[in-house]
Amino acid sequence: MPEHVVKSPLPGVFYRRPSPDDPVFVEEGAEVTAEQTIGLVEVMKQFAEVKAGAAGTLSSFAVENESTVGPGDDIATIETS
Amino acid sequence: MPVEIIEPGLGSSIQDLGRPGYYNVGIPPGGALDLASARIANLLVGNDEGAAVIESPYMGPKLRFTEDTLVAVTGATMEPRLNGETVPQWEAVPVTAGDELSFGFLEAGARIYIAVAGGFDVPEALGSRSTYPIGRFGGFQGRPLAAGDAVPVGSGSGTPGTSVPEHLRPSWTREVDVRVVLGLYDYRLAPAGLSAFLDESWTLTPVADRMGFRYTGPTLEWIEREQPFGAGSDPSNIVDAGYPVGSIQVPGGVEPIILHRDAVSGGGYAMVATVISADMDLVGQCSPGATTRFRAVSLDNALAARHEYRSRLQELRSALGA
Repeated sequence: MPEHVVKSPLPGVFYRRPSPDDPVFVEEGAEVTAEQTIGLVEVMKQFAEVKAGAAGTLSSFAVENESTVGPGDDIATIETS
Repeated sequence: MPVEIIEPGLGSSIQDLGRPGYYNVGIPPGGALDLASARIANLLVGNDEGAAVIESPYMGPKLRFTEDTLVAVTGATMEPRLNGETVPQWEAVPVTAGDELSFGFLEAGARIYIAVAGGFDVPEALGSRSTYPIGRFGGFQGRPLAAGDAVPVGSGSGTPGTSVPEHLRPSWTREVDVRVVLGLYDYRLAPAGLSAFLDESWTLTPVADRMGFRYTGPTLEWIEREQPFGAGSDPSNIVDAGYPVGSIQVPGGVEPIILHRDAVSGGGYAMVATVISADMDLVGQCSPGATTRFRAVSLDNALAARHEYRSRLQELRSALGA
């Protein structure tokens, strides 16, 4: 099955939720659209949205919530079909 | 004819060499955090070293040119693409009206500098075109660049293909030694606190912007004392004092902060050391996660390092025929 790997555009901290009390943007196994936000990367007190970039099923996240990511690091895998 | 900002990146701003001379009234020098890379970008496209450039941290912008000109990208390693095709960094690249410049991921370092022939022609504020967003003045309308901005460009001429020789280009790593001169308040740290500061490794946090760079690592121990009148109650507090650019404060003994070129000019935290001027560019090219050691040097060594920094710049100017 063809895959699209979502990569972090930035160095920073990756978040799966818009705020600590909110549900995650997307659960593993859920359908996503290309424009859908799947997480945030925080750097310099600013939060950049990470978009899915392709439509399909978000099969897995490659990083934990609140872990440090570098630019180009894998964030998630989307199965496009 | 302006350059159009299609996507601004993240906190991209117009900077030059800054506005020294107003720190006593609370206005920091500002200017490119990696001054050498800003100077070189300008020299490549035939500008004065002090012309205004775009500084983009961590993520490149997307720009459209509205006339034929020259562009050079220096600083962090981040692949520039002209209409999608890779073009070199550290080189004057000719562009034509309608061309779009975009970037790949940040590969090394933290900030790119984009110069165009003629320089970005925004009005000077207090003798500089540098953006000071906190004060809402300087640069382009006193703020970071936004999508839809059309940034005016002066007229200039340079030589396409001018490039920095390989051996004169910086290389950025994720493990850096930053040289500091201890003081003025290092005597407030307990001996164990001072040795931890100098012997342990520190990791740069995502709080790393034009004002300050915050690091995580061990907790530093201070010498207990009855706090003097006017000082806060924590042992890391002092009676307010001026903060040198590059000074390192450690509020509460945790997470040292290096103040950079947009920092506040004073306050009530003990500064345990100050980064030497020759290493401030290096700090500006560190991105979150970078492992940092603070290495104490003498004032004589700091001055020798400054001399060496200036000699290297002179060598670059000669290599670029400036």
